[in-house]
Amino acid sequence: MFGWFKKQSSPESSPLAGNLLNTSKQLLGSLFGATTPSGPGISETLSPLEIEELITELEENLIKADVGVNTAVEICDQLRQQKSKLLSKAALISALKQAFTDRLAPVKAQQSIAFNPQKLNIYLFVGVNGAGKTTTIGKLAHQFVENGHKVVIGAGDSFRAAAEDQLAVWAERAGASLVRQDGAEASGVIYDAIRRAVDTQANVVLLDTAGRLQNKFNLMEELRKIRAVIDKARPEESIFESLLVIDATTGQNALKQASVFQETVDLSGVILTKLDGSAKGGVILAVAHEYRLPIKWVGVGEKITDLQPFDSDAFLEALFASPAASQVH
Amino acid sequence: MMFDDLSERLQSVFAGFSREKTLTEENMADALREIRRALLEADVSLRVAKAFLTRIKERAEGETVLKQVNASQQLVKIVHDEMILLLGKENVPLNFSGNPSLIVLFGLQGSGKTTSAGKLALHLRKKGKKPLLVAADVYRPAAIQQLITLGKQVGIPVHTIEGSNDVLAIARTGENFAKQNGHDVVIIDTAGRLQVDTAMMAELLLLERSLQPVEKLLVIDAMTGQEAVNVAEAFNTQLQMTGLIITKMDGDARGGAALSVAEVTGQPIKFIGTGETVDGLEPFYPERLATRILGMGDVVSLVEKAQEAIDQDEAKRLEERMRKQTFSLEDFVQVQKQFKRLGSMGDILGMLGIPGLGKDQRELLSFEGDKMMKRVEVMTQSMTLAERQNPDILTPSRQKRIAKGCGMSEKEIQDFLKQFNQMKMVMKQFSKLTGKGGPEPEKTGFSLHMPRSQKKNKEKNRANQLAKGLGLPANFDPSKMPTGFPKLPPGLGGKFPFQ
Repeated sequence: MFGWFKKQSSPESSPLAGNLLNTSKQLLGSLFGATTPSGPGISETLSPLEIEELITELEENLIKADVGVNTAVEICDQLRQQKSKLLSKAALISALKQAFTDRLAPVKAQQSIAFNPQKLNIYLFVGVNGAGKTTTIGKLAHQFVENGHKVVIGAGDSFRAAAEDQLAVWAERAGASLVRQDGAEASGVIYDAIRRAVDTQANVVLLDTAGRLQNKFNLMEELRKIRAVIDKARPEESIFESLLVIDATTGQNALKQASVFQETVDLSGVILTKLDGSAKGGVILAVAHEYRLPIKWVGVGEKITDLQPFDSDAFLEALFASPAASQVH
Repeated sequence: MMFDDLSERLQSVFAGFSREKTLTEENMADALREIRRALLEADVSLRVAKAFLTRIKERAEGETVLKQVNASQQLVKIVHDEMILLLGKENVPLNFSGNPSLIVLFGLQGSGKTTSAGKLALHLRKKGKKPLLVAADVYRPAAIQQLITLGKQVGIPVHTIEGSNDVLAIARTGENFAKQNGHDVVIIDTAGRLQVDTAMMAELLLLERSLQPVEKLLVIDAMTGQEAVNVAEAFNTQLQMTGLIITKMDGDARGGAALSVAEVTGQPIKFIGTGETVDGLEPFYPERLATRILGMGDVVSLVEKAQEAIDQDEAKRLEERMRKQTFSLEDFVQVQKQFKRLGSMGDILGMLGIPGLGKDQRELLSFEGDKMMKRVEVMTQSMTLAERQNPDILTPSRQKRIAKGCGMSEKEIQDFLKQFNQMKMVMKQFSKLTGKGGPEPEKTGFSLHMPRSQKKNKEKNRANQLAKGLGLPANFDPSKMPTGFPKLPPGLGGKFPFQ
């Protein structure tokens, strides 16, 4: 659907797999190094004790990847129940991959971004401070313009010092038009941005909001108002997505973010930023599973093109494309 | 509030333990398992949680059973002690040496470096320093502009080289600028970077080697998960940092990052970020946090905050007027302003650590309280100065105009004025009750004024005053508070003016 994102046919060599290499290593632990001469081979039959040890290690690795204690225990209990069938590392890896797949399955159908070039597409970005909303908007503006779309950005963060200036730099780089009224109420700026898009026949509106911690009632009420203003301002025919931006280094607090922002602005999905470097972002499994929130975009690097639409199949392929796993095929 | 969930989880572990008379291996095993889970759910690093539990277990086993305390109390004490050690034992202040003293802030993208730089500068100026901010984040668009704006807000100069991307040159010229202009502290804000980004880490290393700053502070987001320890360790190994700033502590994260980083790096947490506004930065005290996590409140920090936030002269003047019955709406607006500087109602209630006042109730109270204050603010803003100074002149036609001006009904204005008069009556009675010259602030707690000289050993006393100042009854007994929701606890519901 999006021209710039080509589905990876060979995940082992894809940039995504490259970016997730460390993640796989840390997540799989001994399973990752399955081919080393010291350990048992990938398809070799293991004793029940060896399997139990691997599962215990996996449980810890899942916790270390911020999957959360509950989810980690659940997944590993599932593995233990199938123990009689899991006789090799290869079998264990594919069972783990299946567990991940199952958790992402309910939201897989909604993981594509709602987009229709014939209509006005409005995307609202919300999240806590420092999650990466403004940078995400900058990168997306770039990508949309590059693909021939006309983009308006609404600078709705009038709180953080110079947030509008930051967006202005991005808008200029991308060739998008920016609506800003420094110091004005956010909902007004957002209203104007949508009207500007309608008036100038733009087809994409990216709406920035100030970062806010979800336990700040007043700020969340402001967001609720913004959401109501969007409903009022947007043309009936337009497409709308309300997206929570989550920093992949976030721990279990991401669940609370999902819950409260969901209640406030009726989220349609999540964008996971800064998912590079090491094993992290595991909490997204629980976010997807418990709040039925699909992951729409992931940021796996600093480059503009490193912000990619999320494809759970490609992602899981890359995550489990360790040397060990690839031997099975 | 931060740590609420962890706090509640741990307290329920201890409560479940309260029937046990002594610490035994069996009952400890259950409790430890629960504590482990609570810590992990709070994002405490797996490694740190394991080590922490081992220490608790060892201490519990070695402890002789005291007759006066039950097993639960004993366990709480052990956990409390160990948690203080985990958090770094005691507050470690900033080091100042060199002329000027150089402080470098670094960390991941979005951790809050720039905001912290502005806050730290303000904090240091309050402590009598003359800080200079240096904007050396040459990568993120408008990061420099952000610091300049922050600098303007707090009235502290910001040095940078427009258009330059030479971080070292910016820092060096900043140091010179400081020398020439009599700044004794320089705070250098750097770009966010991943600890595995070798090129970016090299840049920081070069800066560190060339400038040899006395303080190298890692800024970490309190919501960070298990990655926090990896980040902290990597920065520490490469830069030998001297301390940490944990930001966004005013969120509702369970705070595992804060509980883990001091342990893995051996470096102290020096400051915590506690709010969006520029004054939201506090020195970090391990004991106070441990006490708060275990549900015992943190009155000491609240009192200190009050001392800092409240304008003593103004408070004295207002108190005088309260006693002399000349308290006007204008004065009331001033009281509100002072109160607001303490933070939201929720923050204050949380720090008071009132047992039985759960998180939900606090949040509701906070929301209602803040809303009330906002309404009063809007109403009084629609009045003229003369009207605020002498509310008696508020005739129905004036009330009508005010109602229109603030978008509320005339009835609401009437109710507000009625309540204000009732409050004045209460003040009057209060003055009579406590004797001739009006109440002594120290005795009544009616006052916002707290002399610094009496700081020592009176914290508890002050807390009572403060509680009363907040509208809690004088002999406030938390155990008698209703737990029903959303009923307001006595005192808060009735006495907070203008509900």
